[in-house]
Amino acid sequence: MSDSVTTPNLEAPDAFYADLLAAHEDLGKEQSDAFNARLILLMANRIGNLGELRQLLEAAKEN
Amino acid sequence: MTKLFEVPLYPYKRTADQDAPAPVRHPVVIIGAGPVGLAMAIDLAQANVPVVVLDDNDKVSVGSRAICFSKRSLEIFDRLGCGDEMVDKGVVWNLGKVHFGDRQVYNFNLLPEDGHKRPAFINLQQYYCELYLVERIRALQTEGKPVEIRGGNRVENLHCYDDHTLVTIETPEGAYNLEADWLVACDGAGSPTRRMLDLDFVGRVFEDNFLIADVIMKADFPTERWFWFDPPFNKDQSALLHKQPDGVWRIDLQLGWDIDKEKEKKPENVIPRLKQMLGDDVEFDLEWVSIYTFQCRRMEEFRHGRVIFAGDAAHQVSPFGARGANSGFQDVDNLGWKLKLVLDGKAPETLLDSYSFEREQGADENILQSSRSTDFITPKSEMSRIFRDAVLDLSEHYEFARPLVNSGRLSVPCTYDGSPLNGPDVSSLPPRTRPGSTVVDAPLGEDWLLDHLTGDFVLLGLGVDIPSDNEINGISLTGITIGKENISPELRDRYLGNAAAAIYLIRPDQHVAARWLDYDQTEIGAALAMAIGGKVQ
Repeated sequence: MSDSVTTPNLEAPDAFYADLLAAHEDLGKEQSDAFNARLILLMANRIGNLGELRQLLEAAKEN
Repeated sequence: MTKLFEVPLYPYKRTADQDAPAPVRHPVVIIGAGPVGLAMAIDLAQANVPVVVLDDNDKVSVGSRAICFSKRSLEIFDRLGCGDEMVDKGVVWNLGKVHFGDRQVYNFNLLPEDGHKRPAFINLQQYYCELYLVERIRALQTEGKPVEIRGGNRVENLHCYDDHTLVTIETPEGAYNLEADWLVACDGAGSPTRRMLDLDFVGRVFEDNFLIADVIMKADFPTERWFWFDPPFNKDQSALLHKQPDGVWRIDLQLGWDIDKEKEKKPENVIPRLKQMLGDDVEFDLEWVSIYTFQCRRMEEFRHGRVIFAGDAAHQVSPFGARGANSGFQDVDNLGWKLKLVLDGKAPETLLDSYSFEREQGADENILQSSRSTDFITPKSEMSRIFRDAVLDLSEHYEFARPLVNSGRLSVPCTYDGSPLNGPDVSSLPPRTRPGSTVVDAPLGEDWLLDHLTGDFVLLGLGVDIPSDNEINGISLTGITIGKENISPELRDRYLGNAAAAIYLIRPDQHVAARWLDYDQTEIGAALAMAIGGKVQ
């Protein structure tokens, strides 16, 4: 796995994590699933490059 | 009013073959006078290959059926001499609206690329397409070209031999036999030819049913394409509304695979659905309604000795993206010149294996695209529905999500990457015109590049002088020189990139065979030999 996608890169890990949980706080399962799907799509668009996206898919599968 | 599809266009007539003492041999016999079979006949007749088309019917198809003809098909019709008829009658639309559930999520303008003679596609009822093809055949007959359509001729039996096929034909006046050097089966998805030869039709990916209806609106209605995902009047499925010529609107309602066809087809069940779809105040007449069932799959091999399959007989896809009839015309385009060269003894029979190679590749591409559309339109799992709905929800507010919305990717011609017919490439030239791709149209002086590519091999020189008439190993090669001063910005962008000059070897089906930066006759001869199946005389 290429390091570029899995080496630490988050500017403020704790703050992001807290925001992510907060975003889900008042959502039911169905709404949370929909939220996650929208978030993945937005993030994918931000990355753009297919090769990099495939590396991310692989990295997620390996766990 | 008598409908076009109620008039016999090629009624049964007795032919001399029926009174011959022994079966008469024909170079090419086509089974099926649908759009693909008719186009095949025109291509061969234009090249002076005698051809007989057999069909058990004698009329154009009933109802609109195939309605979306892509730019590549229009370019093929131009080469077949009936492009203007199709385009003059057809409807061009640019505005599309996408609905999700009970709301419109966005609309789009197609804005097709400039610098092409033909639009991205037209909407036209299949019966008009067939009519213009039949009329073109009549015009060719008047010119003395060797082409016949035999209506009321139903193929009953086939016997395959190494060098021909014996065809048994039933007519209103009894049966007769004829022999075909080459038999082209264009007899549709249910191909009786395929069944008679007991051939496979494998790789079923999925199947579905569509209710298709032609309605005539009584008042004005906009010329737009409306697509619905999961609408209230067709829960969990899709719907499509499309404008056709003569004020006829085409409606496709996806039904899923486990349905009661007879019940769905009843006007008392169809009309309330359409009212929900169009709005209660829209008045319309239901002209035609039918259930269309498809399975997404293809034959393992398109060539079986002297029998070659084309169109739906060889491959079937979902209607999303208009890849059915359009891919059939690409089959015809690919096969015609190859059959001609083989019949003339100028190319080895194995050239026809490249038809299988290239068109099987095309069919796989269409099946892949069609499967992806279907996965988006009809999600197969809970998670795929969650993502699909997320894309549609996002598309309402954010432009980035709209390219993910897949209601069918419009048919574009296959690039035959890896084809055994492809010759040398120059990687610094634009990728879109690499060997295997179709020639991309561009303005050329007062007309268009494609107007100059009319059925021979062509050597195109951009900024390089090319001899105008060449013959290599009995193959005529038309030279076209475009001087530096005549290279339009579109030609430069599509064929040169940063290069000052380039030479393209173009096949009769307007696909690029090879390209170079300089003129080298030996290289050209070798590439031409390769493009006709590797025979060097």
